[in-house]
Amino acid sequence: MSALSNNNWSRRSLFRAAAGMAAAGTLAACGSNNGRSGGGSGDSLTQYFHAYGEAGTEQAIKRYAKAYKDANVTTQWITGSNFENKLFPALLTKNAPDVFEFHPQLQLVTSGQVADLSDIINPVKDDFNPADIASHTVDGKIYGVRMIDDPQFFYYRPSLFEKAKVEVPQTLEELIEAVNKLTTDKVKGAFLGNDITPVQSPLIWSAGADTLNDKNEIAYHTDAVAEGLGQLRKLFTSGNLLLDAPADWWDPSAFTQGLTAIQWCGMWAMPVIQKALGDDVGIFPFPKVGSAGKFSVTNGGWSMFVNAKGDNVDAAKEYVKWLWIDQKKYQEDWALSYGFHIPPRTSIAQSATKLKSGLPAEGVKLFSEYGHFDNIGWTQAMIAAINDVIANSVRKGGSPDAALSAADKKVNAELKKLFG
Amino acid sequence: MSTTTKIDLANPAPAKPEKARPRRGLRANATLNFWLFTGPFLIGLIVFVFVPMGWSIYLSFFEARFTVSPSSFIGFDNYRAILDNPDFTGALVTFTVFAAFIVPTTWALSLGLALLVHRIRFMKAFFRSVFFLPTAVSYVAAALIWKMSIFNGVRFGMANTVIGWFGFENVAWLANPDPPWYWLVIVTLRLWLQAGFYMILFLAALQNIPAELYEAAAIDGAKPGWQTFRYITLPQLRATSTAVILLLLIAAYQAFDEFWNLLSKATWGQPPLVELYKTALGENQDYGQGSAGAVILTLLILIITLFQGKIMGFGRGEEAK
Repeated sequence: MSALSNNNWSRRSLFRAAAGMAAAGTLAACGSNNGRSGGGSGDSLTQYFHAYGEAGTEQAIKRYAKAYKDANVTTQWITGSNFENKLFPALLTKNAPDVFEFHPQLQLVTSGQVADLSDIINPVKDDFNPADIASHTVDGKIYGVRMIDDPQFFYYRPSLFEKAKVEVPQTLEELIEAVNKLTTDKVKGAFLGNDITPVQSPLIWSAGADTLNDKNEIAYHTDAVAEGLGQLRKLFTSGNLLLDAPADWWDPSAFTQGLTAIQWCGMWAMPVIQKALGDDVGIFPFPKVGSAGKFSVTNGGWSMFVNAKGDNVDAAKEYVKWLWIDQKKYQEDWALSYGFHIPPRTSIAQSATKLKSGLPAEGVKLFSEYGHFDNIGWTQAMIAAINDVIANSVRKGGSPDAALSAADKKVNAELKKLFG
Repeated sequence: MSTTTKIDLANPAPAKPEKARPRRGLRANATLNFWLFTGPFLIGLIVFVFVPMGWSIYLSFFEARFTVSPSSFIGFDNYRAILDNPDFTGALVTFTVFAAFIVPTTWALSLGLALLVHRIRFMKAFFRSVFFLPTAVSYVAAALIWKMSIFNGVRFGMANTVIGWFGFENVAWLANPDPPWYWLVIVTLRLWLQAGFYMILFLAALQNIPAELYEAAAIDGAKPGWQTFRYITLPQLRATSTAVILLLLIAAYQAFDEFWNLLSKATWGQPPLVELYKTALGENQDYGQGSAGAVILTLLILIITLFQGKIMGFGRGEEAK
């Protein structure tokens, strides 16, 4: 050994240490919380929720679960922006959740992953928004209970519009023009999400097209949609769009902190936005695209599903019935006490005074007039195919038509798997 | 002739071998000891590596969507499908290019750091720790710092503030792929995270080079600096360099975390593992096709490793040093 060397680090010992650490890591992973507290007496259920951004939501969900006496319900609060990528693989394992929230998607039904909940929903079916029943129904069976409806639209600052002498845009062209006028040194014109995908469906609807038609065939590949993509590309390259914001579109921070004059966001953020900006806030739907354009709003939302392959299907159904059918007090609390969501139950929606006036009432109006609900046949793989269209045509500048054709290939493969 | 010998003081009885009970127990059970020490590791290896690998190979020949216990055998269809998928083949090409860039860069940077720290006369331990510390940071945490604080697109983002001083416009580092600034984000992140670890490997190797070699070279008239570095240090580091390059190459093909977290919903800069993740675990849930891709990737890494071993002499032992 060289005289210079006075310590005993060698490659071998270092590798040994690294290997030891790796082994320890593997073992630690084994012991990680699998969501089952193993109560022993009574049933143990696990439920998966994506991490809602509004303060108090996690505590609320856990509070409801604790109030349930017939089973010991553990909540997994999944952080990160890719809930489906945690949920789908987890469903295939022994530690799969018994109950989980997601959006209605046909592949979950065809693969036998979600249980038929008709028997618990049918008695109160008439109290649900018919669109929310339709979007969860396959061959007459209802597969999920809608918890909340979440319309998504543009928020804007009337004071900034006034200053820039801009009217609320009616068409995509006007929106682009407005964004250009609204942009200053400090404030960008608009924020459509860091990857622009939040507006992919509204763009399709506003161009007078749809994701799929009634026969479950591709309906998004039209000239108007391609033209709309081209316009979005123009907006993207104008330098007037807020991009790479530290908080993405579902968080109103960019808007409330004055980084942008317009932001695409959901009704859930309304209380926070109103608190921050007072009266200086308005909303408008996605403007018309092309000559046959229409206004559109995304009626997103979350539903409860029961894992049909779980060990406790009956107990899980009981729990879902108890919380999301019987406990109206909790359903109302969930829809209105944290962010604003529209209750899918007519009886709750009617008594929701918070949504009766001012901006929330406008949100409800956009929801009912221009809203597009989930289409159960429009699955995650198809959504991902359109994400690629946005990436390739709007962000990368490729031909919209070529990007749509590439998506057609993927969507058709998926449709073939689902409908034969 | 008598065979008996009188035992007395001058002729002591031959020493009987010691019983050495405690040691014999150990020696007799060398096999047990072997299993005792390697067993836990082997079990871990089998359960967490070989079983999933075998399962993955099995899955790759089946139609396995939304299930990991499939029943419909489809031969090589999954392989055909994944090789026909331009996203996957594109990812392989992109990452060969990425590897060709990041491997030499990290190698040079960590060697450079090692030489600096090796030379330094004061606070050596401090600098060694400072450069090594980022190794302890998770890729995900670092990616979030890079994305949300250093390279965010708003005017007060760190990188935008700095370029703002020189009068440049704000840049959307990650959202806009043209020009491809996202590589700057990824490469700086990877260098920051990796260089320290490989620096330690080089440092260990540098400390193992006998000082006599340098003395002899000095007597023979070699100039300190480039000449001794080129003809003594570098050849002496050959074994370490080979190991480092091999590890870096494998790490480059296994890239996942920072790409996944930095490039959301992008179609560019997607490493093979991200493509496989999307195929198998993401929206598609096609475990058969994902597994086929994993097998292809494994074979590729294996071939490259063997090829590299052949040209650089990895595993030929100390004489290759």
